[in-house]
Amino acid sequence: MSQKISTEFKLIADWITPKSRVLDLGCGDGLLLKHLIEKHQINGYGMELDAQKSIQAMQNGLNVIQSDLNSYDLSYYFDEDSFDFVIMTQALQVVRRPDELLDQMLTIGKNCIVTFPNFGHWRNRMQLMFGGKMPETETLPYHWFDTPNIHMCTFKDFENLCEQKHIKVVARTVVNRDHQTSLGMRLAPNLIGEVALYQIRKK
Amino acid sequence: MSIANPTVEQRFAFKAPLPLKSGSSLPEYELVYETYGELNADKSNAILICHALSGDHHVAGIDADGKKGWWDGYIGSGKVIDTDKFFVVCSNNLGGCRGSTGPTTINPQTGKVYGADFPIVTCKDWVESQNELRKYLGIEQWAALVGGSMGGMQVMQWAIDYPEKLRHAIVIAAAPKLSAQNIAFNEVARRAIMSDPEFHDGRFLDQETVPKSGLALARMLGHLTYLSDDMMGTKFGRELREDKLKYNFDVEFQVESYLRYQGEKFATKMNFDANTYLLMTKALDYFDPAADYDHDLSKTLAQATAKFLVVSFTSDWRFSPQRSHEIVKALLDNDADVSYAEITSAHGHDAFLLPNDHYEGVFGNYMQRVYDDIPTAEASV
Repeated sequence: MSQKISTEFKLIADWITPKSRVLDLGCGDGLLLKHLIEKHQINGYGMELDAQKSIQAMQNGLNVIQSDLNSYDLSYYFDEDSFDFVIMTQALQVVRRPDELLDQMLTIGKNCIVTFPNFGHWRNRMQLMFGGKMPETETLPYHWFDTPNIHMCTFKDFENLCEQKHIKVVARTVVNRDHQTSLGMRLAPNLIGEVALYQIRKK
Repeated sequence: MSIANPTVEQRFAFKAPLPLKSGSSLPEYELVYETYGELNADKSNAILICHALSGDHHVAGIDADGKKGWWDGYIGSGKVIDTDKFFVVCSNNLGGCRGSTGPTTINPQTGKVYGADFPIVTCKDWVESQNELRKYLGIEQWAALVGGSMGGMQVMQWAIDYPEKLRHAIVIAAAPKLSAQNIAFNEVARRAIMSDPEFHDGRFLDQETVPKSGLALARMLGHLTYLSDDMMGTKFGRELREDKLKYNFDVEFQVESYLRYQGEKFATKMNFDANTYLLMTKALDYFDPAADYDHDLSKTLAQATAKFLVVSFTSDWRFSPQRSHEIVKALLDNDADVSYAEITSAHGHDAFLLPNDHYEGVFGNYMQRVYDDIPTAEASV
C-alpha cells in the first residue's frame, strides 16, 4: 500500500535526478526516501536521531544511520562530493549551528535541498508588532520557551547567509503551509510565503 | 524435574587437518553445536549465531540440566530471532571448553588432554571451522550471521572471508579491532591466571587441579569492563554488607561481594577452563581484519557483500559507540547497505544481552528484513 506523499515531497522529488545517490538528514519515518526510491530508483541513506522514527524508517526498508547532527560532523561519515543530493526538510532551524551544518552538507553533497519555515511571514510579523509576543501559528505551534526551533530565520536571512558563504541558490520554491503557491507568494515571498524549498550548491 | 523438549547437543567431526592462521595446525577437530527451528526445503532460512568470550553453543532454549541459553531472551518462538521462521545454529568455538575441540579435549597425537599445547586460534580459524560446519549442514548461504562483542567480530570476519556465504551481517557491540586499553585489560586477566600457583604452565589438568583464584580474578576484571560506572553506582553505590565499616580487608562493600561472587561462580560452578580463557582473550587481541588489507578498514570491508546492521550501546565503554562508527564509516565508504542504531542503555557492554525496547525494535525489524530477503523457491525458478 502506498502512503500519501506530501506536496513538499513531490516538489523535492521534481528536483531529484533518477538513479542518484541521496542522503536525507533527519529522515523521520523515511517516507521521502521511500518515495524517491520508488519514483527515481535512487540509492539512499537516511540519518535520524529519534529512536522510534529510525525504527519506522527501517520498517520502510531504508538504510538508516542513527546519529545526532549536533554531535558528529557529516564529513566524519562521508567523503567530499559523495552524494548527488543531500536533503534536509524542516530541520535547519532546530540544529545548534545551521551555518556549520550547511557547510558540511555542501561538502559531502554536490547539490543540497533545504526546506524551512519563514519567520518573516506576515502573521508572525503582525503578532510581534501588535501583540508584542513571539509568534505562535499553525506552522510554528510552540511557545518561545519550549520550541525546538532555536534558529528561526526569514527567506531574506537565509539568502543573505548564502551570499556571504558563496553558496549558489539554484532554485527556490515558496509555498504556504499546505505547500501550495500563489501569485502573492511569487511577488512578495518573504511576506506571504510560509515554507521555502531551496536547492543550493557551492559556487 | 524433567525438562520438556530440552535442547540437544549435536557434534560435527572434521577428520582432516585444519591449518591455522598462526602457522600451526589441528590434526582433526570436532565442533559441538545446537540448532533451533526447522531448516526449510531449500535450506535458505539458516542463521548462525557467534558467541562472545565466555559464551558457548547453548544460546537458546533449556537444556536437560535446566540451564537456559545465554541469549534465550532474543531467540525462540515469536522472539526477535524467531525460530518459527528461522533455522538457528550456534557452535562452540574451537579452543572452547564446552565440547568443541579445545584445551580440555584429548590430543589424538599424545592421548592426553591438550592443555597448554592447544594451538593459538584466531577469529579467522573459527570462521574456517564454521564454514566446514556450514557445508556439512548443506547450507549454501546463511540468511544472516549474528553476533555480539567477540561474536560480532566473528561476523565481520565471515563477511570479509566468505562474502557470498551470507546475506546479512548483524554486528552488535563490537569493534574493528581492540584498542590498547582493551588489550591491556586482557593482559591483566591473563597474568592473573598464569601467576596462580595452580596454573602449572597450563598443565593443571594433568596435576588434577585448576587455577581457580587466578581465573576468578580474571573474570572479576572482565566483568568490571562489562558494566557501566552509572549502573554500578545505581546497583551498589557504597552500600555495605554490614552496617558499619570494619577497617580491615574483609569484603565490606556490596560491590566487592558481587564481584567475588561472579569470579567464584565462573571458576567453580561454571567450571570455565583457564586455558580457554587465555586463548579467547588472545584471539580478541589478534583480531584485526584490516591488517590483511594495508590497515585500511574501508578496503577490508570492500570484500563484504552482505547487508549490515550495526548496533552499539551508549554506556558501553569496552566497545563504545565510537568503535561501531568506525565500522559504519568503512561500510558507507563502500556504498554498502548498512543501518546503524545507537541504543540508549545504562547497562554497559552487557546491554546486548538484556531487554531493551529500542534494541528489540531495531533488531526485530531488521530480522523481518532478513526474513523478507529469503529467496523463495518460486523466485529461483
